[in-house]
Formats: sequence, C-alpha cells, structure tokens
Amino acid sequence: MKKQIFEKLGETLYTEVLENGLTVYVVPKPEFGKSYAFFATRYGGMDTKFRLNGTWYDTPAGIAHFLEHKMFDTEDGNALQDLAANGASPNAFTANSMTGYYFESTEKFEENLKILLRFVSIPYFTRESVDKEQGIIGQEIRMIEDDPNWRCYMALVESLYVNHPVRTSVAGTVESIRHITADTLYACHKAFYHPANMVLTVAGNVDPERVCALARELLPKEGGAPIPRNYGEEEPDHAGEGERILKMEVATPLFYLGYKVDPQTDGKARYRQALLGNLVCEAVFGTSSPLYTSLYEKGLINKNFSASYEEEPGAAFLLAGGESRDPKAVRAAAEAELARLSREGIASDLWERLKKAAYGNAVRGLNSFESICVSLAQGHFAEESFFSFPEVYGSLTKEEGEVFLRTCLTPERSALSVVEPKEDQG
Amino acid sequence: MTHVTRKELRPGVFLTAVQTKKFKSALFSVTLLAPLNEAQASSNALVPYILRRGTREHPNLESISAVLDELYGGTLEPMVRKKGETQCIGFAGSFLDEGYTLENEPLLESAARLMGDLLLHPFTTEGGFSPDYFRGERDNLVSRIRAQMNEKRQYSVQQLVRHMCRGEAYGVDKYGTEASARALTPEGVWSAYHTLLNTAQVELYYCGSAEFDRVEKAFLDGFADLPKKGERSAPACVVPSKGKQAEPQVVEEAMDVTQGKLAMGFRTDGITVLSREYPALLVFNAVYGGTTTSKLFMNVREKLSLCYFASSMLEKSKGIMLVSSGIEFDKYQQAREEIMAQLEAVSEGAVEEWELVGAIRSIVSALTAAQDSQGGLEDYWLGQAVTGQTETPAALCDRVEKVTLEDVVSVSKRVSLDTIYFLKGQED
Repeated sequence: MKKQIFEKLGETLYTEVLENGLTVYVVPKPEFGKSYAFFATRYGGMDTKFRLNGTWYDTPAGIAHFLEHKMFDTEDGNALQDLAANGASPNAFTANSMTGYYFESTEKFEENLKILLRFVSIPYFTRESVDKEQGIIGQEIRMIEDDPNWRCYMALVESLYVNHPVRTSVAGTVESIRHITADTLYACHKAFYHPANMVLTVAGNVDPERVCALARELLPKEGGAPIPRNYGEEEPDHAGEGERILKMEVATPLFYLGYKVDPQTDGKARYRQALLGNLVCEAVFGTSSPLYTSLYEKGLINKNFSASYEEEPGAAFLLAGGESRDPKAVRAAAEAELARLSREGIASDLWERLKKAAYGNAVRGLNSFESICVSLAQGHFAEESFFSFPEVYGSLTKEEGEVFLRTCLTPERSALSVVEPKEDQG
Repeated sequence: MTHVTRKELRPGVFLTAVQTKKFKSALFSVTLLAPLNEAQASSNALVPYILRRGTREHPNLESISAVLDELYGGTLEPMVRKKGETQCIGFAGSFLDEGYTLENEPLLESAARLMGDLLLHPFTTEGGFSPDYFRGERDNLVSRIRAQMNEKRQYSVQQLVRHMCRGEAYGVDKYGTEASARALTPEGVWSAYHTLLNTAQVELYYCGSAEFDRVEKAFLDGFADLPKKGERSAPACVVPSKGKQAEPQVVEEAMDVTQGKLAMGFRTDGITVLSREYPALLVFNAVYGGTTTSKLFMNVREKLSLCYFASSMLEKSKGIMLVSSGIEFDKYQQAREEIMAQLEAVSEGAVEEWELVGAIRSIVSALTAAQDSQGGLEDYWLGQAVTGQTETPAALCDRVEKVTLEDVVSVSKRVSLDTIYFLKGQED
C-alpha cells in the first residue's frame, strides 16, 4: 500500500487501488478504542438519468435512497441486525451524488467489515420487501415534509436552479417512489455498485493490509465501466427565481439566502474553490464579519445563523440562513455589504485571521472519524486529496476571494427562501 | 493513555481534567450547578447568553470573535443543560491542541482566561448588564423557546415530559417557559447572575494534552476573581418519583402536520442512575427500544410498517423512560397497542439470546465510543459530578456485562405507563 505521512496533521494515510478498480483508504488511529468504516458509491439522488449497456434509463426520483434502504436486506435476514448484534452502530445516507454505508464499532472490526462489504455488494430484493419499504419510506418522506428547515432549503435550491437535478429531493415523493420495482433496483445496483465506482475508507485501530485483504477477498473480481449521467440542460448563471415564500407551523420565520456559483470541473480547482468559498462565506457572513455583528445587534439574526459553500457535480452555491423576524431586511443588508466589499475589498487583517481560524477548524475536524472517512470519499470522487487543505488554505489570497465575491455574489445570482408562520398563529 | 484527575480547587469549585494526546483539540468548560425550578429557569438560562455578548476587555461579538480567530478558530459558546433536577449553566469551548498550531504557540492560558473573563468580567453599563444586550438576548431566548415546536419529534417528547412531570421540578424546561422569559427584567437577571456566582457549585473541565499542574494554574488564574465568600452547594439532582396512577393520562394536541407523533412516558418505579438495578435498566431499554435491533424498531417499524421511527430512551437521573414514534394519524390505536405489547413481551421473558447479547454489546460499545469523543467525555464527567459519582465508563461496562435475562425481566415488570402525548393533524 502507498503510505503518506502528514506530519503537521499527525496523520498517516494508506492508499491502494485494487485490481477491480476499488480505491481503499485507511487512516490508522491506534490510540482509539473505536473504528469506523465507510463504503460509498458515486451515486445519489441526482443520478436518475443514466446510460447502462447502451440504453438510457430514466428512473423514479428517490430511487438511490430507496436502494440504500433495501441494501440492508440479505438472503438470511437483515445486515443492520447482524452488525448491531456485534455492538456496532451501523447506518447509511444518500446525498445528491453519493450513497454511503458505514458502521462504528469497538469490537469485532473485521467481522463487521465483512458484513458491510457483503451486504452492500450483494443485492437481495423481493416484491414483498419492496412493497413494504414503500410504507416505511412514505413515512420518512412525510416526516421530512414537516421539517421546516428542510422545506426552506429545498425551496432555495429550487429557486436557484432551473434544470439541474440538485433541485429534486433525494428521497423523492410519495408518488414517485410508487413506481420503483425490484427490477429497477437491480438495474441501478448493477450500474453503480461495482467496485470501480466505489470507495472504501477506514479510520481507527486497524491494520491497513487486513482491510485491503478483506476487500479483495469479498468483493467482485471485476469492476464495471463508468456510467454516463444526464444532469439536464445547461444552467443559466443567474438564479431561476428571486424569492420563494412558504407557510408552515413555525414560530419564527426561517430563511436561506443563496448565491449560485460557477461550478468547477477539474478536481484541484473544485477543491480550491470549496475552501475559498467557505473562507469568503466567513468574511461576509461569519461571526467575525462586520455584517454578522450588525445583524445580530439589530436582532435580525440569532445564534442559529450560519453560512456555507456547497457543491455537487455541475452545481455550486453559497448559502446563509437561520431564523429571522425579517428575512428581507437580512437580504437587503447582505446586498449592501456585498456592494461595499466589491468596492472596498476585504480587510487584510480579517482575511489572515480567518485563514488561521479555518486551518484550526479543519484540523479539529480530524477528531471525527466520520468526518475523515466521508471527506476522503468526497475527495476521491472529486479527484482531489482531502489532506492537502493546509497547503491550499495557506495559498488562498485575499484578491482571489475578492474576484470570487465580485463575480458570483451578485443580486442576479441570488435567491431567498422563507418559511413564514401561518397567519392564524399567535 | 487517558488519565482523569478531579480536584477541589477551592471550596465548592472543582476541576476535572482528562489528560490525553489522542485529540487534535482541547475541550474546556465551566458549569454552574443550580436547582431547576420554574421561578429561576429562564433567568439562569439567559445569563450565559448575555455574558457571551461582551467582556470588559472585548465589549462586543466582533471583538470576541477576533480573539477566537487568533486562537486558531476556537469556540466558546453558552451551554444550558438539564441533568435530573439540576440546571447546568455555563460555557463550553474547543481549541486547537497546541501541538497542531503552526508555530507551537501556547493556547491553554489564553483560552482559560477568556472563559474566566466571559463568566466574571462582563461588559456593563451603569453597574448592570448592557440594556441592549439584555433586550436582544431576552428576545432570542423567547424565540428559542417558541422555535422548539419547529422540530416535531423533539417537541412531542418535551410536551410529554411537561405533562408527565407537572408539579415536579423535572417538568420544567431548561429554558423555562415563553411567559417566564418574556417577564424577565434586567435587575432580575443581574441578581440571578450574582446568586449563581456566589452560591452555585462550580465545575471546571479540561480535556487535552497539557499536564494537570499547568491546567490547574491556568484555571486558578483565569477564575481568580470568582467570589470567595458564600457557601457553594450542589443541588439535589436525582429526585425519582414513583407517581403510579391507575389510568395513564392522555394528552392530545392538533397542528397542521402531515405525520403524527406518538410519545409515551413510563416510570421506572424509582430506578435511577444511582440504583443497584441501573445496569439492568440500561439493558432493558436497549432490548425494548434503544437500538435498531430492539423490539420497538423490529416490530413497530419493520414488521408492521407502522412508522418511520420508534425508539425509547432513558432519563437516567429521573427514573423515567420515553418512547417516541412517528405515525400516520389513524394508526394511533394500533401503534399504542403494539408499543405496550412489546413491553409485555419483555416482561414475559420473550427475549432471545441474540437480543440480550446485542443490547449489552451496544451499551458497552456506546460507552467505549464516548471515550473517543471529547464532547461525550465532557458530558459523561459532568453527569457524574452532578450526581456525585466517580465511576468510570469502564467500570460501568463491567456491571452491564453481568446483567442477565432475569434482571431485565425483573426491571421490565416495574416499568409502568404514566402519560401518553399524541400530536395529531388538524381536523377540517
């Protein structure tokens, strides 16, 4: 295995690409009691239209997430139970462009890893089990539909984007999931769950060579071909619509203010822009920014206010949000501040301080095995090394931040989504 | 290796230091322990939020943030927690461990000093809290309380506890009520602040790579101005109540939601974290509804597809167990019966070997994993301090390993339904 030592970070990374195309990353943490394994495919809620063996498929919204639920079924029962019986805490998530399965355990790591590798690579669905899952996922969809924060987030993404599938909900709708069958699930598994489209990342008290050996032993000997995906017509630079307002059972209005950013395709450029985007977020909206203090002192935002940069293949945006009695006033203040920053630039001392803080936060993030494993997988799919962040942060210039701000954080590229309390509430 | 030292620095002021090199950060906290009660909950809860707005030296948010940025993006945030019938008020923060700074700069002393300043040297005007800061944070507290209804699962459990423990201190929310928060005055909160400073037991906490002596000195310096006169005491935290009633009370509330929330509260017949039977109670909860292999998950969710989630959790310092589930409105009766039927099953001993083993493994694993998380460690040791215990997670694991099926069955027979809360949709 390839061994890289990141001395300043106190981390060692082992990497190997297996014969079947699977990349394995291991970060040993001998001083810890627990271990964490993350097995992910480059396939998520966005990937509903794809080509397999020459045929274009148009699958129902929510299928990647549905598949994630069904993967836990095995011929002998349920992998969740097998892992839990070993004291492991297993779970999974489906994001826009990734589906990941993981467990954390303090005992029987190898046995648990075997279970993980097996259940994710061997599909087992029946008509009855698919029908039953529609009830469970239907309830999950209803639950998130009652979540004002999620609704507000989706309203923002739907406003910013016109075509890109990032605007469809990962879980789909109660209606769309009705069209999912065992056959479609098998086709999606075949297309996306082959080793060359996947990554295995492990952090913990483990032997890297053993991790590779088990992956070699248990996974298919051959990987598949890359799968072309269709993300729709080209997106305009500007936001699709400027504002969207929903009414729900909430006490205080919630809002997201978003800015559509030009996505990068090359791995290095993508990673650099992600770190730059986060730093610009801090400079404009962060707790040390002049805007934050002014909004907070006026009672327009509270401690729930936060901002971040998000990106998917073909889509990138910056968003800031929280609770506010007057989200439109927050937007007006943000626009005035962005206009000022475009004219006057970002204060040099603030920029340097923020870089130091961002570096510290990123290093502190390495406490979390989950964060290490998920970041390594994301970096892998984006074709850039996650552990390069100290060098990238060190090299980000204020001028670069200002160009980004002037180009992307403009009124035409912005949208505001608000969840307001229903009128009849006190 | 991890080494835990606990020392009474001054009467009623304790330092717990966990020395370890395994983390990239150092975690700090200061917590004042007050009895939870309706009259004081809101004013106590407001105190750290006002204090966080400014100190004598750093009078506003922007200047505090600038200091934190210079300390490699450290955080120091107000913390209000409820542990049993104790309200825990203070600050917790995370700083980069010094070994990972770019030039090996010391951060411990600066962090301890900033935390001490936040608690002891607030920005004041005319001998009291700044009226702007008071007003702003009182309004925030009111919104925070009102916003509790946004997250319906948590809200349903909170409402359950409020109804179930009406008349007991445990029924009071850690932030108090909207009405009590609205009624706060600057003078009232200023006086609550001084009562806390003068009479509350103080828990200082550090977890990081520094040696104990250096940590002790940093905290003694940072908190040198902590008042020395008054008598500090720890409030009664574990106050179990048997409260057995013949018929469970049922509370329903209607809102415009698409999914119903059924929450059911049980009494443990006085078994709490201090009881001999506590390990058995832990295992019982894991078998019944605490894990993804539990009876509730397997039957209510997986077998009957009645809901997306169904789980149980313990309030260990109070001696109650709370079941929470999300269901369709018309499944109320069926879900309620199934939740009771699964409790019945445990009492009849219908627990298979793998269920018992799985439950024990999951508890041991959670306790072991908590030692790998700085936040988990802090919360564990604060919980121990509040309940006057010193048992390590490893020692508790040993007791859990010894729990038998008979122990679980015997505990389950003592658990009784007290209150049902159902959040349903609005009828048109």
